[in-house]
Amino acid sequence: MNRNLAAIYVLWLRAMKRFKRSPSQIIGSVAMPFLFLIFLGAGFSAVKFPGLPPDFSYIDFLVPGILGMSMLFAATTAGISLLWDRQFGFLKEVMVAPVSRLSIMLGRTFGGITTAFLQSLLLIIFALFIGFHIVSIAGLFVSFGFMLLIGLVFISIGLILASVITDMQGFGLILNLLIFPIFFLSGAIYPVSALPSFIRYVTYFNPLTYGVDGMRGALLGVSVFPVWTDAVVLGVTALVMLALGAYSFSKAKAVA
Amino acid sequence: MADSIYVSRLVKRYGSFAAVKGISFRVKKGEIFGFLGPNGAGKTTTVHVLTTIINKTSGQAKVAGFDVSKDKEKVRSAIGIVFQDPSLDDRLTGYENLDFHAIIYGIGKDERKKRIADMLEMVELTDSAGKLVEKYSGGMRRRLEIARGLLNKPEVLFLDEPTIGLDAQTRRHILDYIKNLNKKYKLSIFITTHYIEEADYICNRIAIIDHGKIVACDTPQNLKQKLEGDAAIVKLESEESSNKLIAAMKLEKFVKSTRKDGLNLYVYVKEAESAIPKIMSIAYKAGIKVTSVEVHKPSLEDVFIYYTGRTIRDTEAESNERIRGIMRSRMR
Repeated sequence: MNRNLAAIYVLWLRAMKRFKRSPSQIIGSVAMPFLFLIFLGAGFSAVKFPGLPPDFSYIDFLVPGILGMSMLFAATTAGISLLWDRQFGFLKEVMVAPVSRLSIMLGRTFGGITTAFLQSLLLIIFALFIGFHIVSIAGLFVSFGFMLLIGLVFISIGLILASVITDMQGFGLILNLLIFPIFFLSGAIYPVSALPSFIRYVTYFNPLTYGVDGMRGALLGVSVFPVWTDAVVLGVTALVMLALGAYSFSKAKAVA
Repeated sequence: MADSIYVSRLVKRYGSFAAVKGISFRVKKGEIFGFLGPNGAGKTTTVHVLTTIINKTSGQAKVAGFDVSKDKEKVRSAIGIVFQDPSLDDRLTGYENLDFHAIIYGIGKDERKKRIADMLEMVELTDSAGKLVEKYSGGMRRRLEIARGLLNKPEVLFLDEPTIGLDAQTRRHILDYIKNLNKKYKLSIFITTHYIEEADYICNRIAIIDHGKIVACDTPQNLKQKLEGDAAIVKLESEESSNKLIAAMKLEKFVKSTRKDGLNLYVYVKEAESAIPKIMSIAYKAGIKVTSVEVHKPSLEDVFIYYTGRTIRDTEAESNERIRGIMRSRMR
């Protein structure tokens, strides 16, 4: 096997093993979006949002947003795991292996995407119990594609930040500062059209907006932009972020 | 034959601070070469440059015949490393740590199984291989790291303070492993340490490094012989008899020099054991009463003091402080 492919595979496998061995991580990372789903779902169920077909409930509207949130949080997980590896020395072991930095970065990214995706699948199952409808299986699979793209974008961002920032507290603060505006200004919990126009323009620069909109299009058949537009915008962003991630990872320090 | 390591006028700077100030040395094939110096002398920096973790500022460095700046991947495939700080994934088992390493280094499945089994046996971890590394003791982790460093059959093995933080028994155990490896596989080994006894025990050649410079480089024997030689420490009863004996010693050919330290008289000779009877009979003839006699063999500690002007322990506190100061200023 080619060494670079081997490295991608090993880092992915490592993420899987660690994930499986850490039930608290699974519960912890699913619990937060799940609580958002329940509390927001209960609180806003009576509110009528414009543009939502009458046979859909707020839960149906909210689920794609929460799935986006769950994939968005993968940025934090991926970044923190890089910081920990640097802190505890494992990163050195990986960085002196005779493989390219790109393959190390890809291995970490795929590991992160897979864990986040598995968590999102759990969320979908939970959501079915509190009234979420799956309209079409094809739509479900299209939304999987969007989830993976969202993961790609934000895990890259997490890795870029963790390559540049080496201390844990600083990383946590800056990432939270980034993640919450991204989440609230993405149309995840209320339609973007409800926002004042100047903020609405900001949401157009937010990759998560297209991810959530695309998922809504795929799952509910309602979206602000055509689904293919969402896919193209998100896909291009993912490629750019991946390239930036690979670049900053190639410059990253192996030791703290 | 190409040297295992070739370093010429190597410099590494961090901003205005030079951690390594133009060092040169060679490590021959099959040699155990030691870097001895206090913390902060530039040992780990040198290892990091030679193992391609950090880039050098200037100079030349080749490992296994490959340039560490131009042929990084080739250098990496040719070396094994045991870092000063732990570098295992402790949420994986010992076996998984080795297996993942072997996969990345492109070792096929059957070969992998065989080599891992061999290595585990060598470091006596076969029974603990299925346990998570977080359950391992410090010595077990070190041994696992050594096993991992050898999986890819390296030409050169780097050991950065491999025994730091371990108890005396485990230390000796690990040093013996290293000696055996060197014998068994004709493996070139580059080891850094700030334990003098350790360097003396294991190295074929030693470079003494201080403040980023190599101050001496030779075999432990030669380094020691360059000093004054053995000392016979003769304890006397009074200042007067001491002066008398010094005068008598000056006439003798076998005496290189003398040094007074209170009532102790240091008589420097080539070999103390054969000199003591002579000294005793001279003292007896001169009517000088000797309280006791002691033989002092030069140690690497003396060598270190000779070349750096201070003991290795003195330098530790001072350089730790300096490094911390630098780290603090760099963090901001």
